[in-house]
Formats: sequence, structure tokens, C-alpha cells
Amino acid sequence: MCRTPPYKPPWWLPGALSVLAVVALVGLPLLALVNEASNIELLDTISDPYHQRVINFSLYQAVLSTLFSVVLATPLAVALSREPRFKGRDLLINLFSLSLVIPTIVAIVGIVSVFGQAGLVNHWLQTLGLPSFSIYGLHGILLAHVFFNTPLAARVLLQSLENIPQEQWRLAAQLGLPSNSRWRFIEWPAIRPQLVGIAILIFALCFTSFTIVMTLGGGPRATTIEVAIYQALRFDFDINTAVALALIQLALCSLIMIATHSFGMQTSQGLSEIKLNPSTHYSSSHCLNGLIIGIAALFLITPLASLVVKAFNPATLTVIAHSKTLSALTNSVVVALTAGALAVSMGIGLQLSARHLRLRLNKRSSGKAIQLAGNIILVIPPVVLGTGLFILLRPFADVFALALALVIAINSLMALPFVLRILEGPVLQAAQRHDRLIQSLGIHGLPRWRLLDWPHLKKPIGYSMAIASTLAAGDLSAIALFGSERITTLPLLLYQRMGSYRHYEALTTAVLLLLLCLALFFVLQRVIGGKPDA
Amino acid sequence: MIINRHVKKSPKLSRSFSVLIALGVTLLVGNSAAAAQDKTLTVYTYESFTSEWGPGPIVKKAFEAQCDCTLQFVPLDSSAGILSRVQLEGKNTKADIVLGLDTNLMAVAEDTGLLAKSNVDTSAVKLPIEWTSDVFVPFDYGYFAFVYDTEAITSPPSSLDELVNAPDDLKIIIQDPRTSTPGLGLLLWVKSVYGDKAADVWKKLQPKILTVTKGWSEAYFSLFLNGEAPMVLSYSTSPGYHMAIDKTDRYQAAAFSEGHYLQVEIAALLESSSNKTLGREFLQFILSKEFQTALPLTNVMYPSTDIGNDLPAEFNKLIQPKSVLLLDSAEIRDNRKEWLSEWLDVSSQ
Repeated sequence: MCRTPPYKPPWWLPGALSVLAVVALVGLPLLALVNEASNIELLDTISDPYHQRVINFSLYQAVLSTLFSVVLATPLAVALSREPRFKGRDLLINLFSLSLVIPTIVAIVGIVSVFGQAGLVNHWLQTLGLPSFSIYGLHGILLAHVFFNTPLAARVLLQSLENIPQEQWRLAAQLGLPSNSRWRFIEWPAIRPQLVGIAILIFALCFTSFTIVMTLGGGPRATTIEVAIYQALRFDFDINTAVALALIQLALCSLIMIATHSFGMQTSQGLSEIKLNPSTHYSSSHCLNGLIIGIAALFLITPLASLVVKAFNPATLTVIAHSKTLSALTNSVVVALTAGALAVSMGIGLQLSARHLRLRLNKRSSGKAIQLAGNIILVIPPVVLGTGLFILLRPFADVFALALALVIAINSLMALPFVLRILEGPVLQAAQRHDRLIQSLGIHGLPRWRLLDWPHLKKPIGYSMAIASTLAAGDLSAIALFGSERITTLPLLLYQRMGSYRHYEALTTAVLLLLLCLALFFVLQRVIGGKPDA
Repeated sequence: MIINRHVKKSPKLSRSFSVLIALGVTLLVGNSAAAAQDKTLTVYTYESFTSEWGPGPIVKKAFEAQCDCTLQFVPLDSSAGILSRVQLEGKNTKADIVLGLDTNLMAVAEDTGLLAKSNVDTSAVKLPIEWTSDVFVPFDYGYFAFVYDTEAITSPPSSLDELVNAPDDLKIIIQDPRTSTPGLGLLLWVKSVYGDKAADVWKKLQPKILTVTKGWSEAYFSLFLNGEAPMVLSYSTSPGYHMAIDKTDRYQAAAFSEGHYLQVEIAALLESSSNKTLGREFLQFILSKEFQTALPLTNVMYPSTDIGNDLPAEFNKLIQPKSVLLLDSAEIRDNRKEWLSEWLDVSSQ
């Protein structure tokens, strides 16, 4: 319509805006923390016997969770690789990455309904005259960590097993290698290099795990640093302890993150697309494999099935129609969509500028640095960030009234690494494919985005928006700090209902949250990304 | 061709994105700018006070009939949490009144500098102790006691010592002293009976503690009354409710020979309140007959004034402590952190 040349924003603008947003949201709270730290006795907090026990417990439960998850994941991955075709195999493997869509707290309600005081397992134990199993405390924390991380580890290990060249299997078949030799000479060498990396990743996840420890632990005997920070702030209004613990946590997380990176693992590992390449070798012990796979499937599916079955009870409608539920639902939708949109906008901004630096200015390291800015949140657990925001804002505002904005900010940062990972490849490809064409046509700026980048990127953008919104909808850590009776979200309401032992209300709330997350996940992909095969 | 196909679709994206963002922003702004009505008195209290069967509804109706204002109760998830909440909110708090702290937290609360003088005439107050505070107004009182289910326990412990030394299969439920005033009360009860040996006593108690809850309601209603444990930390007055309302003698308080620790529940006005006159009116109303007579069967405590024959007859059947224990509130302020760490240390082993 108009003849004026289209506006051409400078290449650095999207990246600069995004970096600015990240720096403001992360840097300022961190500065506030460090500034506050000058007034406190860090050593006193560390030498307090209770806090030492908390630090030890955080490490201890993470080590045990890692051990169990990796040790259980190995036979599972091997069994799956040795059983290349059975009905439901793909479905089961896809289920392994569902932890991205199913909020932690929802799965916990399911786990409690199976392993809790009134659950199936204790019912059986009782019939057999055995002592009952307590889901609260270290046992429950380990169980939940294994529930989430065994599938994650199995998925990574299965991928390396499926990457074994077919020739090796053929050779093994020609030599007639028995199953234990195949393990020794083929499978073990394939998974061994992955084990340390995946172990460190799981250790990092369990070390900072908040929701699981809050719901299944949290008593003085089973508290981690992450939860102790929350308790210092919300129980005691003890800013000194909260800041001291936050700094300890920050230091430990930085160490862990350096270790994770040096082994090439990322928290967003569950996203990596698994290229199933089932080998054609046959296995000699179908029975054992079947047993292992069966137990794993049962362990994964039972809690979710039990949750869905029990959610429909006489109280269901009353619970859903309750004004508290409805207002929490509305807030959750707002948090999910806004945090998702914010994360995706920041992600696109960072990747576009990083791309320009890498491809056109040939500055690979600066490009990497921009992307790293978006991953900074991996070093800073949300509760630590929240504590910083709290201290930063408290002098100026009623922090609880700003709850939603703060929760959105924290959740968008938490989702950013996932968004970056999804977008990185496609953004680069779009440029590699079209740069020449574009130069010859002289298209820049927004028209370029509209004509070339968007069509190529809408699918990954839809996917990253779906992931980011779903993660935000299911998060408890940020709202736990800033939520109050005035502003709740579904995860917080669910936590409160669990905390006051209102089982039926909790079950129904859990299923509602689950449905919200599934809806967000599928609808956003479809609405933004378009039809599956268009 | 490829380009053409997508030209049509592209505006859709920007539209749906801006709709999303606009929606988010609208809801956000709408939510945080909560409509401020004029003459609303906001009272932070604990959850059971505001429940349907609690004193909240009666008090709200009675006060609103005389004040030409709206009385808004904000239920927080625990009693001691009321204090940390106003501390967290600081001068920006929405609360005009805090209601539900107790004598043990008086000095701690006063030290925050967040509270104003009450200017209330407390001459009608009748408590087991003399009332001298010019900041706090006492609304009720009671004695901490272990309440037991007579169908599960036939001979309850007759002293704190017997409880401490009871076999480990006697399970009790207590509350967290960091979040709950009864929880803190038990900590101080043990401290006042055992002094420096308190840590050893807690060690002995550990195997008997089924669970430590955040607040009193979860412990009493969700767990104890559902039969999860035969004994719970509560008040000597709790059986009064079951006798008067449920018409049952099933739940009784165990009388301990060392004496029982006293709790006086208190309310105070916040310095940051913009409704101080109305707030003081409410604090005075706390000592009125309407407020006081509502308490025995709703908050299940003794009223802080003499209400004569309005005290339900069942309250005369309650155990009477041999001696009344109470630590000085300034001593608690100076030692609370240390005592809490001691408890946490033992409880985390």
C-alpha cells in the first residue's frame, strides 16, 4: 500500500531487548541478595547444626535419588532396546517425557493415592500383615524422584543404545554372542559415556527439587535448602537466614551446573527428540525383558490412572464450581499464557540476534554468549530468584499484591532455556536456507520475518509456547513464595488442599490442573503451529 | 509460491499474540488493583476463626450492625503466620488489625514497630493473669492440653513426664512452633517444666510424634478426629465443644500434674492502618458482651471477660490446671530463635 521502504530495525534490537529483560529480572534481584548479604553473618547460618543437617540432607537425598534412578533406568533401557517391537512401545517411550507436561504436584497426588496411607500398596501390605509404608519423609521423596527421573534417564540411555550401528549387532549374531557378552561388549560401552552426564543432570534436578520436598517432606527431618529458604521467609520472616541459605544454594548450584555443562547435558534434556532406530537383533530372554518393561509401565501409569479414577467422586462438581477453584483456574491460565508469551518473545529475540552474530558477522562466541544469557536461570533456582525479588521490591510495594506479575516473570525465565533449545536449530536453518534469496530480493526487518522466518518457525514457536505455558501452569515454587489467600493458582490451591488433608478436593483439583496443562499443550501447538502436517 | 501461501496466514499470528498479551495484561491489572472500598476494616486472623462454625460470622454481623462499615476477615493458614505475614508486607500491609497472636508472641510483635497503641479500656478484662498491655487487647484464653480419644486410650498419661516416658507406640500429633501458636505453646510448656533439659525431653518425645502439622486445624480436624492418632496437642477447653455440641464425652483432655501452660489470644491495631479510629472501635468491641459470649462454643476458649451465666455449663466440667505456667514474653523474645533452633535440631535428627 505504501511506497516508503519498510522499516528496518537494527539486528541487535530483539536480542538487546531480551538480554535487557533477562538482566533486569535476574541481575537486580541477585544484586539485592548480595547487597543484603553484607549485613548478615553467613558463617553463623552455615554452622547452625540444623542448617548443616538441611545442607547434608539436600545432598544425601539427591545422591540416593540419582543412584536409584540411574540403576533402575539401565535395565529398563536395555530391555526396551532388546524388545524392538511390541505394541505400545512408542506410546510408553513418549510417556517417558510426559514429565514436561504433567505438573510435578499432580503426579505427587497420584503417587500419594497409590503409595499413601489409604492407598493400594498399604492396603496390600496390611492384608499380608506387613508394616505399612510411609510416603512422607525420605522414602516418599526418593520414590517421587525415581518416578520422574528414571524415565528421563531411560530415554537418554535408550537413545545411545539405538545409535549402536546395525553392523555390530550383525557381527554379534554371527559370532553367536550370548546375552551377557552382548551387554559387556556392545551395550555397556554404548551407554557408559552417557551415565556420568545423566547422573549429574538428575543430581542437579533432585538437589533443587522444591515441589516434591515441600509436599512429601518439609518437616524438620526432611527439608532441603530450597524448602528451608521458603520456610525462613514465609514461616519466620527471617530474611538473614533466607539470604544466607540462598547464597549457599547459589554457590552449590553453580558448581553443579559447571559439572553438568562439562558433560554436555542440559536440564531441557527431556526435549531432545528421540530418533527411534530399533535394532533388528533378537533377544533370548523375552520373559525378563517383559517383566522389567511391565513393572516400569505399571509404576508410571498406576498413579496417573488412580488419580483420574478417584477424581470423580461425589464432591467433584462442588469442588470445581467453588469460587476459590475458579479464581485459581483463571489465574493459572493468565500465568501460563503470559509467562509463555514472554518466554517465547525473549527466546525469539535472543535467537534472532544470536543468529545474526553467528552467521552474518561470524562472531560465534558472542552469539553463544547471548544464548547463555537466557540459560542463566539454570544456575539460579526459582526460590532464590524469588527471595531476591522479595528483598528488592519489599521497600516499595506490597509484594503479595504483585504476586501474579512476579510469578509470571519467574516462570517465563524458568521456561526460557527450554524455548531457546527448541528454537535454536530452526532459527539457524531458516537463515541458512533463505539468506541468499533475501539478499537478492532486498527484504529486511519485519517483512522478512513475516514472509520467511514465520512460516518456517511457526511450528517450533507453537511447540515452545506450549512447553513454556504448560511448565508455568504447573509450577509451585514461585507462587508458594508470593501466593496468599488473595491470589492463588491451581498448583498452590492443590498444595493447600493436600496440606489440609482434603483428599477428595485435592484429587479433583489435581485432575483439573492436569486437564489445563494437557489443553494448553495441545491447543497452543495447534493454534500457533497450525495443522500437524501442513 | 511458498511465500504467497504464508502471506495470508501471517497476520493471524500477530493478532493472536497481541490478543493473548492484551488478555494477560488486562487480567493482571484488574487483579492487582483490587477495588478499595471506603470504610472497610481488614482483619488478619487464622483460618478456624473465620470458618462457618467459628466466631467470624457472628462477630462480623454484630460489628457491622453498629459500625456502618465492612468488616473483612482475611484467613491466614496459621496463627503465628499472622505475624510473619505483616512483617513480610511491612508498611504496605492491607491489614488494619491482627487477631490471633498470643501472649507468647507479644514482645516479638511489639518489637517489630508495626503496632499502634490500642487506647482501649481493658478494665473489664478478667484473666488468670493481670493485664497491663496498652497495645494488645485479649479476646480469649485457654490452657494447652493433650486431648485424647477415650475409645483409643483408657488410661492417659497423668503428667508431662509420663507422656515423655510413655512407650513409643503412643502416638501424638503436634503443631510446628514456627507457624502455630499451640506448637510454640508446647515448646514453652516443655521449656518451663524442664528448663535446660528440654532438648533431652524432645529427643524422648520424637518417636511418639506421628506428625508435626503447620496449623492446629489440620492436626485436630483432619487427623485426630479422623482417627489418625489417639492424642493431639490442643486445649483443655476442646472437650467442651464435643460435650455441648456433639453431645459426647468421647474426647477428653489429659490433666498433667506439672500444670498447664496458659495461652491468652490477643488482637492489635497496626500503625500503618488508615482506619485507626474504626480499628480502635473494633478493639473495644472485642470486650463487648456480643463478642465475648460468642467465643466459648465457636472458638472453644474461655472468654477474656466475665460473662456470668452465658458460659456454657459444659465448661464447668473441664479439667482445671493445678498450676498455671507462663513464661515472660520478653524472655521468649530474647530466646525464641535459640529455642526454635534447639527444637529443629532435635527434630531433624
